[in-house]
Amino acid sequence: MQNKQDENRIIASSLTYTYPEAAKNAVDGVTMRVKKGEFLAILGHNGSGKSTLAKLFNALYVPSAGTVWVCGLDTRDDDLVFDIRQHAGMVFQNPDNQIVATVVEEDVAFGLENNGVEPKEIRVRIDEALKAVNMTKYAKKAPHMLSGGQKQRVAIAGVLAMKPDVIILDESTAMLDPSGRQEVMNTVHRLNKEEGISVVIITHYMAEAATADYVIVMDGGKIAMSGTPREVFTQVQRVRELGLDVPPMTDLAYMLRKNGVNVRADVLTVDEMVEEVCRLSSSN
Amino acid sequence: MLKDITLGQYFPGDSAIHRMDPRMKLILTIIYIVGVFFISNLPGYLLALAFLYLVVRISGIKFDYLLKGVKPLRFIIIFTFVLNLFFVQGETVLFDLGFWRLTKEALENAIYFALRLVFLVMGTSVLTLTTSPVQLTDGLERLMRPLQKFHFPAHELAMMMTIALRFIPTLLEETDKIQKAQMARGADFESGNLIARAKAMIPLLVPLFVSAFRRANDLAMAMEARCYRGGDHRTRLRELKYTKLDLFGALAMAGFIALIVVEGKLLG
Repeated sequence: MQNKQDENRIIASSLTYTYPEAAKNAVDGVTMRVKKGEFLAILGHNGSGKSTLAKLFNALYVPSAGTVWVCGLDTRDDDLVFDIRQHAGMVFQNPDNQIVATVVEEDVAFGLENNGVEPKEIRVRIDEALKAVNMTKYAKKAPHMLSGGQKQRVAIAGVLAMKPDVIILDESTAMLDPSGRQEVMNTVHRLNKEEGISVVIITHYMAEAATADYVIVMDGGKIAMSGTPREVFTQVQRVRELGLDVPPMTDLAYMLRKNGVNVRADVLTVDEMVEEVCRLSSSN
Repeated sequence: MLKDITLGQYFPGDSAIHRMDPRMKLILTIIYIVGVFFISNLPGYLLALAFLYLVVRISGIKFDYLLKGVKPLRFIIIFTFVLNLFFVQGETVLFDLGFWRLTKEALENAIYFALRLVFLVMGTSVLTLTTSPVQLTDGLERLMRPLQKFHFPAHELAMMMTIALRFIPTLLEETDKIQKAQMARGADFESGNLIARAKAMIPLLVPLFVSAFRRANDLAMAMEARCYRGGDHRTRLRELKYTKLDLFGALAMAGFIALIVVEGKLLG
């Protein structure tokens, strides 16, 4: 177990969750893992169980069957709940509904205060966390004066201050405008690269999923597809059947190939598409 | 426009009064009010006014602000004044209308009662004008902490106040949005009599309540995810500390109370 724990931040084994009085399992026998330093995207249409899965990783829900280990800790153990929440921080969808305090820095301090960290240490950690999300100059501001993207960065700072091993973003960009979305994505990518924090993003923006190391597609509470973004998105038909889109450039490549233009099928980003088009035009 | 609404009536500043510990300010305000209620002659009230004026000068707030605070209460004050005139029994008759006579005691009582109310409002105004809502909640929580031994929910109350303060701007903004949305669908909030207007508020209040409950649900989950588990073993980023300022404040108040007592003995 010890060895496995070093490599994997989250391990789920035949994980099942049923909402009280619901007929169907919201999450149905999911087995997966989140590796150390990995950037994982979980996709799925509404009601596919992806948000429920995220809440199971944070011990907000306790599995009906199966097990989740977060950094080696079993979420079914009541005594470990607060340790688990410290290891796996969660950022939610609505930026307004997850900020507790009336001043930015006090909100970042909230989790640390709950855990009984010494005031001096709290000071150091919130300064670090706000710096990491580029919000230092807003430390004394009132949250309602900030933009959506800034509020989400404050929420990320609040999680970061707890020094987590995994950050879970449950559709945290869904209510933001494109620039806010970019702010948040840049922030988590940087934290993932520089601090080595594992990131799990629950999203329905394919462009965000395309930047992940690994993608899991959920359908009816089960894992329908998984693999690297390239492996998953090149199966355009299958992805569409699951009620999802593919990234715009992959879609373009798909249509070009259908019309007899010989570009690679696994194009994900604009840059790659540009490269492909240049390659084609130079070979002609 | 709804965004720049000021909460409470806090008047930001950096005076000695502003920098005092909120706990000390709360305690001193209570002492001041109790002190004022024991005054029973006019020179005593002059003393109370002089002390209040001194504090206001130090805090850098305009005295008008305090008077503004009294204004909404003018009816209550007049009402108490008149009531005292009629119902206090006395011996020294000032003039007699047959069915009612004004006595010296009744007049004095009425004036003192009105003055006590005025000082009560002005005293608390000094507190709320110089202390931000956040500090005030902090101070209240800290002061009430000993009561937790008797299962008094001090932390919960303070947390509720903080959350309420946090969500007032959010809900105001939302009210604005819903109002506009309903107006776009032909809702009329402005015309009609009182009952018609109250009825027109229903399509505004129902969505607001529904959304407030949803927000509460979300917030509860977010708080849980951030290890919230009530007030036990909780630390705070900003620990309150008494400073020399608080000592001076306490001494000044002690001096004021002593003056009142001496003055009351001499004249009363």
